Amino acid sequence: MRVGVVVFPGSNCDADCYRAIESFGVDVKYVWYQDRSLEGYDLVVLPGGFSYGDYLRAGAIARFAPIMDEVVEFAEAGGLVLGICNGFQILLECGLLPGAMLPNAVPRFRCDSVRLRVENALTPFTCLCHPGQVLSMPIAHAWGNYYADEDTLSELERRSQVVFRYVNEEGVPTPEANPNGSCHSIAGITTRRGNVLGMMPHPERACESLLGGTDGRWVFASAFEFLSGGVALGRLHLAGDGPRH
Amino acid sequence: MRFKAQVRVTLKESILDPQGSAVKRALHAMSHDNVLDVRIGKHIELVLTADGPESARRQVQEIADRLLANPVIESFSFDLAEAGGETG
Repeated sequence: MRVGVVVFPGSNCDADCYRAIESFGVDVKYVWYQDRSLEGYDLVVLPGGFSYGDYLRAGAIARFAPIMDEVVEFAEAGGLVLGICNGFQILLECGLLPGAMLPNAVPRFRCDSVRLRVENALTPFTCLCHPGQVLSMPIAHAWGNYYADEDTLSELERRSQVVFRYVNEEGVPTPEANPNGSCHSIAGITTRRGNVLGMMPHPERACESLLGGTDGRWVFASAFEFLSGGVALGRLHLAGDGPRH
Repeated sequence: MRFKAQVRVTLKESILDPQGSAVKRALHAMSHDNVLDVRIGKHIELVLTADGPESARRQVQEIADRLLANPVIESFSFDLAEAGGETG
C-alpha cells in the first residue's frame, strides 16, 4: 500500500500528512505538483495550505497544475483521493466534487477545534466509525463556507454524500456549532462512489495525543483498512453507482 | 492585433457576500446610512493578441469561464477594446 501526498507551491500541511500517515507504518511519498504520474499509488492526499497564495480563489490555480490531470484520472478510475482544507477547495475547483467555497460567513480566519458528526460510515474514509460518532478535529481556514445550490444539496443528502457535519457538544448541528456558515453544516462530502472525500477540518493534525487529540486517526485508519481489504466493498452500498473495484 | 479586456467577476445575486456585508456595516458606522447594499467583486485586466475582435472575445469568454470566475458562485462580464502598442 502506498500513499502519495501532493505538494503544491504553498502547501503547508504536506509534512503533517506525511508524518500522520507514516505513523501507521504505511509507505508514503511526496508527489510534486509538476509530476505526471500516480502509478503505484493507492491513496492520494491533497493537503491543506495556501496553494498559489490562494490567488484568484482558493484552489483555482492549483487545479490546473500538471498533477491534477492525473488526480482526476486516478479518481475517475476509482482510486482513493482525500482533499483536506485547501485540498478540498482544489477538489471543488476541479469539479471532482460539487459546489464551491465562499468566505466564512463571519469574514475572518477561523483557527479552532470543532466537533464533526459522522453522517455516513459506509465510505472508505469512515468505514471504521459508527454512524453518528462525533470526532474532534482542528479547523484553520478563511474560505470554508461550503455552498451548493438547493438541487445539489438535496442530491448530496439523498445519496448520503455528506460525510461530516459540524455539531455541538450534544452532537446536534446548530448555527452556533457551524464555524463558517456552510450550507447544511457540511464539513465534508464525498463523490457518489465514495472514493473521493473533501473535508475542511484537519485529520492529520489530530493524530497524536501530544498535539491535542487522535480523532483524525479514524479517517486514515479507515482508508488503510479499506485498502487492505479489511472492509468488504459490498458493505459500501452507496446509492447509485457503487465503487467499481 | 492587440486587445485589452476588462473583466468583472462578481458573486451571483443569490449569494450572500460576507465581505460586502462587513463593508456595508462599516459604512453605516461612518454615518453613510443611505448605503443600501455593497457587493465586492474582482476587476481583472488582460492584454492579448488576436486576429480580430471576435476571436479575442471568444478567448476572453473561455478564460473567464474556465479560470477567472467559478460559475457555481460567480458571474462575469467584460469589455474589450483594441489596445495601442506593438503587436506581441
